[in-house]
Amino acid sequence: MNVVPIKNPGSVLTDAHKVTGPAPVRLSQTPVTAEQPRSSGPSQTTLLRGRMDTLIKSLAPPLLGLLLFMLFWSLLAEHRPELPGPLKTWHSAAAVFSDPFYDNGPNDKGIGWNILHSLERVGLGFGLAALLGIPLGFLIGRFSFLHKMTAPLISLLRPVSPLAWLPIGLLVFKEAQPAAVWVIFISSIWPMVINTAVGVTKVPQDYLNVARVLNLSELKIATRILFPAVLPYMMTGIRLSIGIAWLVIVAAEMLTGGVGLGFWIWDEWNNLNVEHIIIAIFVVGIIGLLLEQTLLMLARRFEY
Amino acid sequence: MHNKFIQIEHVERAFSTQHGLYTAITDINLTIRRGEFVSIIGHSGCGKSTLLNLVAGLIPLTRGVLLCNGREITGPGPDRGVVFQNHSLLPWLSCFGNVYLAVERVFGAAEPRARLRERTEQALDLVGLKDAQHKYPHEISGGMKQRVGIARALSMQPTALLLDEPLGALDALTRSLLQDELMRIVAAQGCTVMMVTHDVDEAVLLSDRVVMMTNGPAATIGDILLVDLPRPRDRLALAEDPHYARLRGEVLKFLHHRHAQYAA
Repeated sequence: MNVVPIKNPGSVLTDAHKVTGPAPVRLSQTPVTAEQPRSSGPSQTTLLRGRMDTLIKSLAPPLLGLLLFMLFWSLLAEHRPELPGPLKTWHSAAAVFSDPFYDNGPNDKGIGWNILHSLERVGLGFGLAALLGIPLGFLIGRFSFLHKMTAPLISLLRPVSPLAWLPIGLLVFKEAQPAAVWVIFISSIWPMVINTAVGVTKVPQDYLNVARVLNLSELKIATRILFPAVLPYMMTGIRLSIGIAWLVIVAAEMLTGGVGLGFWIWDEWNNLNVEHIIIAIFVVGIIGLLLEQTLLMLARRFEY
Repeated sequence: MHNKFIQIEHVERAFSTQHGLYTAITDINLTIRRGEFVSIIGHSGCGKSTLLNLVAGLIPLTRGVLLCNGREITGPGPDRGVVFQNHSLLPWLSCFGNVYLAVERVFGAAEPRARLRERTEQALDLVGLKDAQHKYPHEISGGMKQRVGIARALSMQPTALLLDEPLGALDALTRSLLQDELMRIVAAQGCTVMMVTHDVDEAVLLSDRVVMMTNGPAATIGDILLVDLPRPRDRLALAEDPHYARLRGEVLKFLHHRHAQYAA
């Protein structure tokens, strides 16, 4: 278990957020008049210009990247007529999102329903994984016997492709829905187990010495020292797990069917509605990004 | 019997390493009286912290006898408050919370919560931090953190205070300020103190006796200096005092002449 938890991978976006955050520009300030001495520090306009500069500097690169991507996409769509371009996709998206919660039977539901059902499966599978994985990680980290006992098993099962677990789920649960949740569960549990366990072993000896000098009870050690000290590691594990769960859901739903983004993509492939497939890709990406950012924000609250 | 508060007899501590057994300290004999302030001084790596950790009960000894108040030391206990060099405050608890954790453990079973809070505030008041009690460790200076560490140790009403280079990480001015405060607190509380330090002035100014350790491995007590300066001591007056200078010279001679450490 030599996994080093990555605390802030891909923080490009967060950094951009920091810089572009709402700068307190006071527009109600009275304009500088001729009577006022000009040497009273930088004027309001230079201050404003400075803020505009930083805003442009931080926004320009991502916007340029997006623009180039759109350009490349348009060019590609010109040469391959079966691939819809950005504009066509945009119009289609506007139609899809104009009525997100319609319901025309089990195989034709609005995008809102698909998103909610996918989120529900991810939430269920991930929730169960957290419920089992985090306590398991604590135990493995605290007792080296348990660590030695489980280490080979975890090393063996962790690299298994998520979908390899699907037949087992179908076999055991005899139904598609719990099988999909099972796949999410089994593929998202490992980062939480491993990161929590690593966190427990990384609790600074100083803190444990404090616990010993104060003669704290095992319960107090757990609640006042271990848990807070491990929390940042745990949050990293949770974030990685949610990432995997969201990554796996599309594939799992493609195979199990029902309502959900993965099934929607498969359904629209059968209908040869490529615009909808592209919309689904963007929806999956944006929701994944939102999940990640929310958890990063949460994790930052637990850093000391 | 009661005059011998901490008894260290033929104590040895060895660590098993990859290259076999490493004896850090050996044949340590020291008796500390109740209410006495004893400093342990020596070059780094001489095992002075090991000795303190043994008395704290954080590590077991490999040979000898260790008694505190006539009873064998088998582990840490609230009768021996420890202040660590790096303050070791829990960053997720406020100053109050850090001290309260100790108070709750020692007195929680017998006293109501209001009394525990009172004890915590008293301990913080003692080190002059009553106003900063709701601040978190990262919000206060290094000197203040060390004060909280001292307050935490004192809040358990220990009979012995074990200080492991408590002021080592602080700047010179803050250090002398806290040294004066430590003298005041120890005099007021009347506790027995064992302090590890590498600062000659600190050792002579604060202690009744300065224990000088030889260099490791297998370090032992080289000499013990009796500091018979009257209390309360004033650092400014002592700066001109020829007897103080003589005592200080004794320690320096031991460290830099008789047991000089040469760069390897």
